Amino acid sequence: MAEVIHPEEQLLEIDVDQLLTKAMELKKAGFRLSQACAAYVNEKFELSYSFADDKTYQYTTLRVVIDTDTEVPSITDIVPPAVFYENEMKELFGVKIKMINLDYENRFYRIETETPFGPKEAAASEEKKEEA
Amino acid sequence: MANVKRSPWLLHYDGSSCNGCDIEVLASLTPVYDAERFGVMNTGDPMQADIFLITGGVNTQNKDTVKQLYDQMPRPKVVVAVGVCACTGGIFKDCYNILGGADTVIPVDIYVPGCAARPQAIIDGIVQAVELFEQRSKEHDEMVRNQKKGSEVA
Amino acid sequence: MGKRSVIPFGPQHPVLPEPIHIDLVIEDEKIVEAIPSVGFIHRGLESLVDRRDYNQMTYVVERTCGICSFQHGMGYCEAMEHVFGAEIPNRAKYLRTIWAELGRMHSHLLWLGLLADGFGYENLFYQCWRVREKVLDLQEMTSGGRLIFSVNKVGGVIKDIDKEKLDIILSTITEVEAELKVIKDTFLLDYSVQSRLQGVGIVTKEQAHDLGACGPFARASGIKTDMRKLGYGAYPDLDFEPIVSATGDSYARCYCRIMEIFQSIDLLRQAIAKIPDENELFTPVKGNPEGEYFMRVEQPRGEAVYYVKASGKPYLDRFRVRTPTFANLPGLCEMLKDTQLSDVGLLVLTIDPCISCTER
Repeated sequence: MAEVIHPEEQLLEIDVDQLLTKAMELKKAGFRLSQACAAYVNEKFELSYSFADDKTYQYTTLRVVIDTDTEVPSITDIVPPAVFYENEMKELFGVKIKMINLDYENRFYRIETETPFGPKEAAASEEKKEEA
Repeated sequence: MANVKRSPWLLHYDGSSCNGCDIEVLASLTPVYDAERFGVMNTGDPMQADIFLITGGVNTQNKDTVKQLYDQMPRPKVVVAVGVCACTGGIFKDCYNILGGADTVIPVDIYVPGCAARPQAIIDGIVQAVELFEQRSKEHDEMVRNQKKGSEVA
Repeated sequence: MGKRSVIPFGPQHPVLPEPIHIDLVIEDEKIVEAIPSVGFIHRGLESLVDRRDYNQMTYVVERTCGICSFQHGMGYCEAMEHVFGAEIPNRAKYLRTIWAELGRMHSHLLWLGLLADGFGYENLFYQCWRVREKVLDLQEMTSGGRLIFSVNKVGGVIKDIDKEKLDIILSTITEVEAELKVIKDTFLLDYSVQSRLQGVGIVTKEQAHDLGACGPFARASGIKTDMRKLGYGAYPDLDFEPIVSATGDSYARCYCRIMEIFQSIDLLRQAIAKIPDENELFTPVKGNPEGEYFMRVEQPRGEAVYYVKASGKPYLDRFRVRTPTFANLPGLCEMLKDTQLSDVGLLVLTIDPCISCTER
C-alpha cells in the first residue's frame, strides 16, 4: 500500500494589487509555479496562478478576476518560469500584462487570428475598423 | 543499364500532427516493419528527397515551411499525406489555427487514412508512392529526351 | 571574450521528429543564451470546447499528443469526474492504471531510442524500438489502437481486459524485462555512452525547483515528487516510491527513465494481481457539469495539469491542459547555458520534449 498524499486544493480569490505579494509569499514558502492560465467567463478575465509544493503536494491557486481592460503586473520578476504562461495569456486572450521579462510581443505562437480565446466583440469591432 | 532502378529517398515533415502519425512513420522505418526493404531510404535533406511524407494538418505558421520543403525537392516528386489530419485536417479541422489538410498548400498524390495511421497503411502508401515515382521518372526521362531532340533539330 | 553570434536550431532538425525552434546566442562554441520559439504545431485545440460537448472533448484531448494519448484522456476524464462528483468503479481504476503504465513503458522506450540516436548509437536505437513494439502489441491487443486508444469515457472506461489478455500482458512484460536488462547495461555502463552523458547539462536541485521543473527532469535533480502519490486511479493500492537521482546531469535523467520502465513493469504486476473482478466498467454521469477542478496526473514526461470549468451547460467554459514539456522549457533554456554547441541536440532530447503537447 502506497501512502496517499492529497491535501485539499486551495483557491484564493485575490485582487490584482495583491498578486505580487501573494506570489512572493508562496515562493518563500517553497512552492513552485505549476501553471498559470486565463479564462474568459462572463465578460471578465479569470486568471489562475497555480503553485505546487513538491514535498506536501499542496496545490494553491491564486485567482484574479479582472475586467478586460485592466492591466496586470507580470510575476516574472518573482517567478521567472511564468514567462511562457504570461506570453500565452497575452497572445491568446489579450490580457494586458505589463513588464514581462521576455515579452514576445504577441509573437509567441505566431497565429494569424487575434486573441482567439478573448472577447469576441472586441475582435469583431476591430475587424470592422480595418474594413472601414 | 536496363535493370537499374531508382531508389527513392523519403523526407518526413511533421505539420501540426499530434505525434501519433510521426511516431508511426518512424516505427515503419525501424526493423520490425522495415519500409526500407522496398528500396526507399529516410533522409533529412529536402534537396535529395523524392517522396515527401507529411503528417498533420497545415497551420498558419508552417504553411510556408511545407511549401518551401516541397519546392526544394527535385523533380519528379511524390507527396504522401499520412493520417487523417494531413488528408483533411481531421479532428482539428475546426480549430482556428488549422487551414486544412496538406493539399491546401501543396499537391498531394497519395492519401493514407487512419488516426493514427497504422504502419501497414503507411507502408502501403510508400509502396504506391514508389510505383508512382517510377512512372513519373519515366515520363520525366521521356520529356528530357524530347527536349534534347527538339534542341538538336533547332 | 569571443564574438557573439546567433545560431538558429530547428525547426527541422535531425534529432527531433518534431519541429521546435531555438535561437542560440553563442560565444565561440559556448552557448550564452537560448530563446525558444514555438508555434509550428499550434492548433488551438482548447478552443474546440465551444463546438464539442464534454463527452466529445475526451477524443479531442486524447489527440493532444499521440505518445501519451491515453494519459491525456485519463487526466481529462478524472477532472470531469471530480466536477460531477462521480466515483468510478474499481475495475475501471485498475484498467486505467494498466493502460497508463503500458503507455509510460512505450514512451520511455521511445525516448531511450531517440536518445541513442542522438548520440549516434543507431543499433541501440533500433533495439529500443524493437522492444517497444512488444508493448505496442499489448496496447493494440487490449484496446484496438496502437497509440490512440479512445477507451476512456467520463465515468469510467468502455473496454475490459479479460483474464487471458492479462496473462499475455504478464508473460510479455517478463520478456521485455529480460531484454531491457541488456539495454539498461548498455546505457548505464557503456564507456562511450557515459562520456556523452555524464556531467553534461547539470541542473541543480535549487535551479530545477525555481524553474518549475517536473517529472523525470525534476526527479533527476533530486526533487522527490511524483503525482501518482496523489492517489488517482489504482495507485493508492500499489506500492512504489518515486525514482530519484541526485546528480542532475543527462546521465541521471537517462537513469531515472530507465528505472521507471522497471517500476512500470512492477506496477503492472501489482495491478494485475490485485484487479477486482467486477462487471461494472463505468458509472453513468447525469446532467451537465458545473464547477471547476485542477487535476494533476503524472505523465511519462512529468506532471500534467488539466483545468476544466463548467457552468451547467454541455459545453465547457474553459478547458486547459498544461503539459509537462511546457513546464520544463524554462529548465531547458537554463540548462543550455554554458554548454557546447555540439551538445545542444542531445540536451534538448534529455528533457524528453513533446512539442505537440506543448503547443496544443
